[in-house]
Amino acid sequence: MTITLNGERFELDSPLSVTALLTKLDIDPRRVAVEHNLNIIKRQTYPDVLIGEGDTVEIVNFVGGG
Amino acid sequence: MPFVIAGRTFKSRLIVGTGKYSSHAVMAQAHAASGADMVTVAVRRVNISDRSKESLLDYIDDSIFLLPNTAGCYTADDAIRTARLGREAGLSNWVKLEVIGDERTLFPDNEALIEATRALVKEGFIVLPYTNDDPIACRKLEDAGAAAVMPLGAPIGSGLGIQNANNIRIIREFSKVPMIVDAGVGTASDAALAMELGADGVLMNTAIAGAEKPVAMAEAMKHAVIAGRLAYLSGRIPRKMYATASSPLEGVVGT
Repeated sequence: MTITLNGERFELDSPLSVTALLTKLDIDPRRVAVEHNLNIIKRQTYPDVLIGEGDTVEIVNFVGGG
Repeated sequence: MPFVIAGRTFKSRLIVGTGKYSSHAVMAQAHAASGADMVTVAVRRVNISDRSKESLLDYIDDSIFLLPNTAGCYTADDAIRTARLGREAGLSNWVKLEVIGDERTLFPDNEALIEATRALVKEGFIVLPYTNDDPIACRKLEDAGAAAVMPLGAPIGSGLGIQNANNIRIIREFSKVPMIVDAGVGTASDAALAMELGADGVLMNTAIAGAEKPVAMAEAMKHAVIAGRLAYLSGRIPRKMYATASSPLEGVVGT
């Protein structure tokens, strides 16, 4: 299945939770914010929110800025 | 007098950025030298393909308050979306709100800025909007619930210094919330002037990060902000056209 991850096509074997996606990408969940189909996902619900075919996911973090 | 924004007290009236440094290590040294206890950060997509980059947050002292910005947003909707993401990624509901209206000048889009301020305040955000040096725009932002107003001294990253000193002075006079001069500072005297005009604080990034010696410039800015504030509070002498002698006119040797 295909999702759009940070604006790019991204292939997944099957639907998975936000927690599983972050683990797969080697991303520390404490340092990011996740948006799923334009909804911000609260950190405590990462294990429960499922990402499926055609979904759009944004994962952001803090970088240097003024 | 302490520097208070939305009930939160800061030790330093200098707020600094985290962008454009040659390395995270230099940034951390500059932050320490500046004495700032609030720094701005940007919200950007995680690099999915390259996870090797070290995290910015590892180089920001735990005692420093993080102020996420909405830099790069050109619509109220994008700025609101970015503010929400910043709140989730960070530890607070504060945002430095930017809605840019023009690429070359990075001047704010006042109308969209006021709209986004109103929306985010309703959602419980503490909104610090980056705005034009326009007293009326600042008044509208305050009416929309902004916790401070942050007029630019000059275009972002220009280093031109305060271009309209009188507007900055008038904004201070008009505002009931803190006024922070945000952007345009080039060197220490610019920061001192902002404070002498009555600014409650100064926010800068490029002036420090882009200096040949960022750590030394950070220290210079610390002193400039303190000096400017003290001068503002001390009541400067009036400007006069001609000299007034400082030494007694009587008892001069000779004639």
